[in-house]
Order: sequence, then structure tokens, then C-alpha cells
Amino acid sequence: MSVVGHAPPPFFKRGPAPLVRLLFFVSLSLVLLVADLRFRTLEWVRLAVATAAWPLQRATGMPIDAASDFGAYLARQSTLLKESEEFHRRQLETANLLLRQRHLEQENIRLRALLDMRARQPVEGRIAEILYATRDPFSRRVIIDKGSQHGISAGQAVVDDVGVIGQVVRVFPLTSEVLLLTDKDQAIPVEVQRNGLRAILAGAGAGTMELRFQAANTEVQVGDILVTSGLDGVYLPGLPVAKVVKVDRDSTHSFARITCVPLAGVERNGLALVLSRRAAMPPQPDDLENADDPAAQGTRTKRKAR
Amino acid sequence: MQPTHSSRRILRPVSNWFILLTLFFALLLNLIPFGRLPGIPDWVALVLAFWCVHQPLKVGMAAGFVLGLAMDVADASVMGQHALAYVLLAFAAAGLSRRILWFPLAQQALHVLPMFLAMQLVMLLTRMLGGAEFPGLLWFLSSFTATLFWYPATYVLLTPQFQPEDKDVNRPI
Repeated sequence: MSVVGHAPPPFFKRGPAPLVRLLFFVSLSLVLLVADLRFRTLEWVRLAVATAAWPLQRATGMPIDAASDFGAYLARQSTLLKESEEFHRRQLETANLLLRQRHLEQENIRLRALLDMRARQPVEGRIAEILYATRDPFSRRVIIDKGSQHGISAGQAVVDDVGVIGQVVRVFPLTSEVLLLTDKDQAIPVEVQRNGLRAILAGAGAGTMELRFQAANTEVQVGDILVTSGLDGVYLPGLPVAKVVKVDRDSTHSFARITCVPLAGVERNGLALVLSRRAAMPPQPDDLENADDPAAQGTRTKRKAR
Repeated sequence: MQPTHSSRRILRPVSNWFILLTLFFALLLNLIPFGRLPGIPDWVALVLAFWCVHQPLKVGMAAGFVLGLAMDVADASVMGQHALAYVLLAFAAAGLSRRILWFPLAQQALHVLPMFLAMQLVMLLTRMLGGAEFPGLLWFLSSFTATLFWYPATYVLLTPQFQPEDKDVNRPI
């Protein structure tokens, strides 16, 4: 005996209808997506889950580690001998520079003192092992085995023996995430080693990079080496970054399309050096003015208001 | 419950612990760092779709959401990317469960393939809207390999339910 307008009670209780549940979970996921992509507010959740899952993650990395160890064990002796010879040759080649470096550094400090210039920051680094590349196919990141427990912080530059690899973007207690130079979100200020032309190099995906916003007649040639300019206060100046492989000067576009490939073994595993943070840059001149002279700013705005 | 609706075999009831264990094991398999190697199936999606088809009352969108969040953290991708895709996958698999189970295994796999492809398409759309790079067409290969695993996965995941009800230790043969 049902009252008009009321459905009889259901026989089986199964919670809300599937479509209602779908809408609930989809909207929850969309909220998460927006919160992470747009506002970047979910880092603490990520930190907590990643820390809890760290032993699992190391355990699952074991089969891959074992396979690569086994491959290294089977490496032929001739390959190893050749490699060792190559290292000796390179050491001798650079011995001239290495032996005199301390002397040159001392001389540099004295000369800079004479010229009354700001002393160059000494560079320190921490060796880290690249554990694996993340599975996310949409970005290019690797995980290294040093984290906040080892004094790593977000923003530090990561280099290998040839050049810059990328930058630390996320730090967990025992590991950290490095965004590679070839990622589409990564940009690095560089200068052309040959003529000092400054530019911004951005990742273009697929293992290449692009020198952006250069006029069609810009003075860049195929084979030019790009080094960091150090203007950003993150990378030390003079680190090799990339090599120009293609310059497309199409006059229909206002900018030249300049394709580069990274010099360092980006996207290859091995050891890397995490450089210590650079000392903070002096504030920009206009910031300085505002910071030092709030009264003047106040009067200026007042005058404007009048 | 039968393996397929057209089968005459009656299965033992499923154990909740076994479902949890298989989902957890799939998550572990997904954590193995293969990097950008194409064609590695998404084990969590496979096992989740399987249980949504076979046990739609026990495994559903909530499980998909939680597993998706775990995958988002493990993959270092955007929070909510896998969650959204797995929720949609679970909805489709549970909704089509009554239909899919009437078919033999090969045709079941053909039903599951478009679901996996749609799941990857959802992930692609969410990330491309966020300004990420296109991962290349080879990335879609993992849906096809996951579909190939539908046949073995069915036997592996139904093994405990295939066991006989009571063991007769004194049986002559």
C-alpha cells in the first residue's frame, strides 16, 4: 500500500545510482585536476603518499636494477678496457686545465678584488644517481636518489660531465624529481658561446629544444654551442647546454626556427651532479627604488589620484 | 556466478581479500619503472576492468578513483588524471558487464579494447588541455597489449573460484 507520489522501498540497497556516482567522482577528479594544474595546491598530498609508498617503489625498481646489473656483468672486457683508456686520455687532455685551476682561481679572486667586483660564488655539488625516468608519457622527468634529507631543495640545477641536464622541481624526503631540459615546460636562459648573443632555450619535446624569439636574420649558425648565461640566478654562467642542429630562416615568419639538441646525456641514466643554490641575485633597480622609498611612492600615487 | 553467462560451470563465491590483493599487485606491477618504453600494459586498468565486469557490485568507481590517485602520485603526473580515466573505465565496464559476460573470451576482449582506448584518450585530452606535449601514437599500443592479456587474466583471476568446493582426501583417483 503505497502512498501516492512515494515509491515503494527498494528490495536491495545498492546506494546511489551509477550515473549519480559517476557524476560525483568525475567532478571530484576535475576539481583535483584544476587544483593541481592551475593552482598547484596538492603538493602536500603528493608528498605524504610518495613518502609512504617509497619502500614499495624501491622494491618494484629491483627487477629493472637487477636486469641492468646483469647486463653490466656481461659487458665484454674489451669494452671496459676501451672505456678505461678513453677516460685516461680525457684526464690527460684536461690535466693542463685541472692542474692550473687552483692557481687561476686564486688569481681570479685577486684580480676581482683589485677591480672591486663581486666575488664569484664557489660551486659545490652533490653527486646523485638517476634512479629511473617517470612513467608519465606527457612530461620528461627523472627521479634521483637524493632528497630533502640530503639537503636538496627545489630549483637546484642538475648537470652531468658534459653539460646541464635539468632542474630539481619537486623534493621528497629521500628522492627528488628533476625536470629535464627537453620538457615542454622547461626554459633556460642561454648565450651563444661564439658571439655572446643572449636568448631563451625552451624544450620542444621528442629530445630536442628550440631557441625562441630570435629574429630571422639573427647571427646563429648550425654547430654553435649554447652555454648558460646565468641571468636567471639559478644556473651558473658558462655551463654548456646545447648545440644548434638546424636553422630555418623562413622570411614568412618573423622569427627564425632554431632547433637544438642537448649536449649532456639528458634522458640517459647514470650519475649526475646537483649544484648548490646560487646566492640570491641583487634586487632589480626598480624594485630597489620601491623598496627603499615607500614614501616617495606614496606621494606619487597620491599625486596621480589628484 | 559463472565464468560467462553461457557457461554451465558454477563458480565459488569470490573472496574480497583476493580482489584487494590482485588490485594491489597490479599497482605494484605498474610501479615498475619502465620509463618511456611503449606497449607496457596498464595493469591496474586491466584488473580494475576485469573486476568491474565480473563483480560490478563489489568493485566500482570508488575503487577506480582511489587507484587512480595512487597512480597519479606514482607516475608523477597531474593529480586527477588517472582518477578521472579510471572512474570512467569502471563506469563503462560495470555498465556493460551484463552484455560482455554473454560472449566468449575473444569477443569480451574486443569489448574491452575500446574502453581502454577511450581511457587513454581521456588522459590525453586532460593533459593536452594542460599544455603537455603529445606522447606519440605508440603510446596507444599499451591498450592493445592490455587487451591481449584479457584471456590469461581471466584464468589467473578466476583461479580461486575454479577450485572445487570440498576436497575428498580419500578419493581413489
